[in-house]
Amino acid sequence: MEANEKSILSVKELCLWYGNHQALKNINIDIPKNSITALIGPSGCGKSTFLKTLDRMNDLIPDVKITGSVEYKGEDIFAPGVDVSELRRQIGMVFQKPNPFPMSIYDNIAYGPRTHGIRNRAKLDDIVEKSLRGAAIWDEVKDRLRKNALGLSGGQQQRLCIARALAVEPDVLLMDEPTSALDPISTSKIEELAMQLKEQYTIVIVTHNMQQAVRISDNTAFFLLGELVEYGKTEEMFSQPTDKRTEDYITGRFG
Amino acid sequence: MKQNKKHTAKPIEAIVHGVFLVAGLITVGCVLLITVYLIISGLPAIKEIGLIPFLFGKVWASTAKTTEPSFGILPFILTSVYGTCGAIVLGVPVGFMASVYIAKLAPKKLKAVMQSAVSLLAGIPSVVYGLVGMLVLVPGIRKLFNVPDGASLLAAIVVLAIMILPSIIKVSVTALEAVPKEYEDASLALGATEVETHFKVSVPAARSGIAAAVVLGVGRAIGEAMAVMMVSGNAANMPGLFESVRFLTTAVASEMSYSGGLQRQALFSIALVLFVFIMLINAALNFFLKRDKEA
Repeated sequence: MEANEKSILSVKELCLWYGNHQALKNINIDIPKNSITALIGPSGCGKSTFLKTLDRMNDLIPDVKITGSVEYKGEDIFAPGVDVSELRRQIGMVFQKPNPFPMSIYDNIAYGPRTHGIRNRAKLDDIVEKSLRGAAIWDEVKDRLRKNALGLSGGQQQRLCIARALAVEPDVLLMDEPTSALDPISTSKIEELAMQLKEQYTIVIVTHNMQQAVRISDNTAFFLLGELVEYGKTEEMFSQPTDKRTEDYITGRFG
Repeated sequence: MKQNKKHTAKPIEAIVHGVFLVAGLITVGCVLLITVYLIISGLPAIKEIGLIPFLFGKVWASTAKTTEPSFGILPFILTSVYGTCGAIVLGVPVGFMASVYIAKLAPKKLKAVMQSAVSLLAGIPSVVYGLVGMLVLVPGIRKLFNVPDGASLLAAIVVLAIMILPSIIKVSVTALEAVPKEYEDASLALGATEVETHFKVSVPAARSGIAAAVVLGVGRAIGEAMAVMMVSGNAANMPGLFESVRFLTTAVASEMSYSGGLQRQALFSIALVLFVFIMLINAALNFFLKRDKEA
């Protein structure tokens, strides 16, 4: 994107290998603040890998090699001496399968703040309420905060996971196909939520659902075989794609 | 069900079915036989001595000639309980931390080495533990604590602590490895470090399995005879850390060969008491495993 000063994440010549397999090839992308960026593409195209690179969750996989740079607020996240915990606090993640901890709803939300040193009970209560409200699930769970989170429905669990991510006050939310395991009603709730959240947060969302990308995102990036084929404003890309491969994909000719 | 009947209708199927059934029945039969035998042969002595004097009597003098023989097994019960508790106190922290390391932190190669070492530890016969304990531990304790004889409860505790490590580690590792990776990812993505994640998420999620591992260790410790007999001095004293002591198991093992009359019957009663302990431990184990399944 041309408005470089407004971008919160700036990726330059990013390549990633799993062992000998190159999963990402020379990715260049700037993600603007307070927007929703959708990553689309067929399975195995590297979009989830790319997403996980942004909060260094790929560090955990053995045999990963990364070159190029990812700048978050102007600082390279791969520079030596970067505090990965702090980076992951600022860049939150919501996973494909809702994954609440097998603890109470309250403890799920309080887990992150507690990890980062907040012990004060009143303060935790505040954070829990604020986060649950932020994820539009407060009214549904306020009377059973002490109940096990695994008793919630799939859609509620996913919103709980979003609330849990919000509880550590991140700037960016990475979402890895957050609605693929959910029914249509829960899906639309999450989509609405995402659109509200972009007022305060920057959202990067991987989706298999092109309608979803059209509905909620400002910008879309199309990945294919580890390459970033096209990146631009969502409406432009879906109305007049510049690359033949993008056109073939979004019109449903493959993928 | 209908399908099953169809299968067993074929003669070979029926025979194979029968063979497996018999194998199963043999197992059940053995348990029943032992239980019934222990109860029948263990009760008479308790009846004659009296339950309270038997369980809470402090003096065991089964072969006393000049005075009336005395059959109090409190020293054995307490020795077994203290010995087991001691082994748990020493063995559980080590076993627990080792299993977290093996299941979560160790690099692949080191993990393989450690796991085979644990298996090997499980495979060492208890007489070898006893032998090493006799040759290394007993003199070591004598010198270190400056006591007349190193063969003591302490020596037995140390040997037991090592012997229960494999049970604890194997079951805990299995439980920790069964924790869904999604939980750990969620924790890491919130900015928790690896160690924080393992202690705040993985371990609590595996707690039933870890509790089961500890109970299994208790069962192993309380039932062990050979190794503790070799290092504990085998005298029927009330337990003290540096006393020469006798366990429930070793009380039976050491006198059975030359016993007769009421003494012999009392040994069966000791075995019955031990059996009750083991049953309680098994019940506890089932409780934890069941809770694990439900969770």
